[in-house]
Amino acid sequence: MAEVTLDHVYKRFGDVTAVQDFSLEIQDAEFMVFVGPSGCGKTTTLRMVAGLEEISDGTLRIGDRVVNDMPPKDRDIAMVFQNYALYPHMNVHQNMSFGLRLRKTPKADIERRVQEAADILQIGHLLERRPRELSGGQRQRVALGRAIVREPKVFLMDEPLSNLDAKLRVEMRASISKLHQRLGVTTIYVTHDQVEAMTMGTRIVVMKDGLIQQVDSPVKLYDEPVNKFVAGFIGSPAMNFMIGGVENGVLRSANFDIRPTDELAGKLQKHDGKKVYVGIRPENFGLKGYTSIPEQDNVVRARVEVVEPLGAETHIIASVGADQNVVARVDPHAPVAAGDDIELLVDPNFLHAFDLESEANLRFA
Amino acid sequence: MIEQVLSALLAVVAAIGASVTYFYGSNWLLDRLVADRRAPDGTYVSRQRARDAVRPWLFLAPALLVLGVYLVYPVVETLRLSFFGSNGDTFVGAANWTWAVQNEGVRTAVRNNVLWLLVVPSLSTVFGLLVATLADRVAWGNVAKSLVFMPMAISFVGASVIWKFVYDYRGAGSEQIGILNAVVVALGGEPQAWITVEPWNNFLLMVILVWIQTGFAMVILSAALRGVPEETIEAARIDGASDVAVFFRIIIPQIFSTILVVWTTITIVVLKIFDIVAAMTNGQWGTEVLANAMYNWMFRGGGHFGRGSVIALMIMIAVIPIMAYNIRRFREEEARR
Repeated sequence: MAEVTLDHVYKRFGDVTAVQDFSLEIQDAEFMVFVGPSGCGKTTTLRMVAGLEEISDGTLRIGDRVVNDMPPKDRDIAMVFQNYALYPHMNVHQNMSFGLRLRKTPKADIERRVQEAADILQIGHLLERRPRELSGGQRQRVALGRAIVREPKVFLMDEPLSNLDAKLRVEMRASISKLHQRLGVTTIYVTHDQVEAMTMGTRIVVMKDGLIQQVDSPVKLYDEPVNKFVAGFIGSPAMNFMIGGVENGVLRSANFDIRPTDELAGKLQKHDGKKVYVGIRPENFGLKGYTSIPEQDNVVRARVEVVEPLGAETHIIASVGADQNVVARVDPHAPVAAGDDIELLVDPNFLHAFDLESEANLRFA
Repeated sequence: MIEQVLSALLAVVAAIGASVTYFYGSNWLLDRLVADRRAPDGTYVSRQRARDAVRPWLFLAPALLVLGVYLVYPVVETLRLSFFGSNGDTFVGAANWTWAVQNEGVRTAVRNNVLWLLVVPSLSTVFGLLVATLADRVAWGNVAKSLVFMPMAISFVGASVIWKFVYDYRGAGSEQIGILNAVVVALGGEPQAWITVEPWNNFLLMVILVWIQTGFAMVILSAALRGVPEETIEAARIDGASDVAVFFRIIIPQIFSTILVVWTTITIVVLKIFDIVAAMTNGQWGTEVLANAMYNWMFRGGGHFGRGSVIALMIMIAVIPIMAYNIRRFREEEARR
């Protein structure tokens, strides 16, 4: 049980700064997810916490100890690797107990802990097998088991599910969440998959180019992204961005006129006459006639390009003007076909506007 | 000089030409002689099957012939000779074999071969592993590895000449040109005729082979080390393993099959060791080994085909189990892939 605190942490590889000014306080028992596109520095940060990369600058605390110069074996952490990193020459039992045996844990203790972990992960029948005799999902469970038996202060997980097929990934996602609830160990989880981040994290750190973009709970991240990058990264299908001008508090272009809420309009005052990104999530569109969103000053005129019926909902990919595409999530029974001209209604309560230059969300300006 | 080079070139060209002519020509002949044809009643008869049955043998024939003449026949002939007298014409029964068991010189050779077997493969493998492991940790590691590998390119006789200089002895009064004696003298010791000092001269000869084989072990083990997933090492470090524990409990087990291959390969080289001993001491001063003894009895001075053959067979018998083990392991490894 421990907090993990990163205080102005930097990682430089020669001239390249992989992680910049990373400050974060991870609470005890929190499930913290680092998410971002590849190369954003999330794995490097995790490896610094693990002690596999040196920290170039700043301080790292686990519990109340500064661990900057402490080798990994003394940090009391356990890590789950993307490629499982099981020891190929040991069977499952030996893999799981390796750390305990190194620490000269009493035999009975080792047996008990391995058995417990095996029960939790349902791998009791595999204990005698070698890693190469296991399927990907089973290997991942063993890797988790190896981390659990150590009863560490912190779990570090580096994209543990990315080598599994889609179905197994959903299953394992739930298993890991359950495991975390049951054990209550501080966990840092790195992923590039925003769905994993949203479904598992207590809080999420969104990173880009070595910089933290935003740290928040999943829902807050979704509803109140601080900038265009976070808005576009979190959510699937992604938020739509269209360029429009601010004219007397109304967002306007050749194809739409959208009157924002008074709150947003107030924030937009000083951008009057300038252009901004208008951000609308797919589900905040409605197809006129097939939505509960009332028609006011909120119409986007578009032409349907592709219709993707998913059963519960239908995604319409439509062009707005010559060079902008939007995705709208609409009623599956709406009669639309490619080539139709349609009117999409926007829910003004969920409207976002981003500065063209800084890409900051103007709601928080 | 030029003439020799030219005749060597000519031989190469002629050999390749003959091979090409044989394979191409025999193939062409086969297609001609066993061609498809029409039966008298006009139906078409394909003789593809017949051709397919013959073709592999056609291509294998030269290799089989060469193997037969230079491998199978000598083994049989050696076996025969081992029961005959010095000229290979009078049958003497097991006399040569009983001689080998009782002869002092053969015993020394067997003892030395065993020593070589214990020392050289172990040291070469251990040093090779050490260099392979440590060289990856320093910037000049690749230079070091090239230097360690270099002796591999030197023939055993060439290496012996080099080491003859290292062990060279000049009278106590004169200047030592051998580095070993130079060092000894510089440290205030007496110069020694090193290769005559029993029993240590044996080990001094072994050093030469270790010097050569370490490079071989290093290259193979270095490649194996690269194959050890970095993540397993990192996982072990996080699991609490020290560098030493990582090396012995994570890395070594993962490359163990390669270590065995290196070990057995060097063992086979050692069993056949001949050149170094022949060039350095010719088996004098208690450094005799089986291969050199065989050569001496067979072709040099000894002049006894029967005894030479017995010693040759002793070497073969010693190599066979290791060979068999190596081949079995190799097959197992292939099957696992």
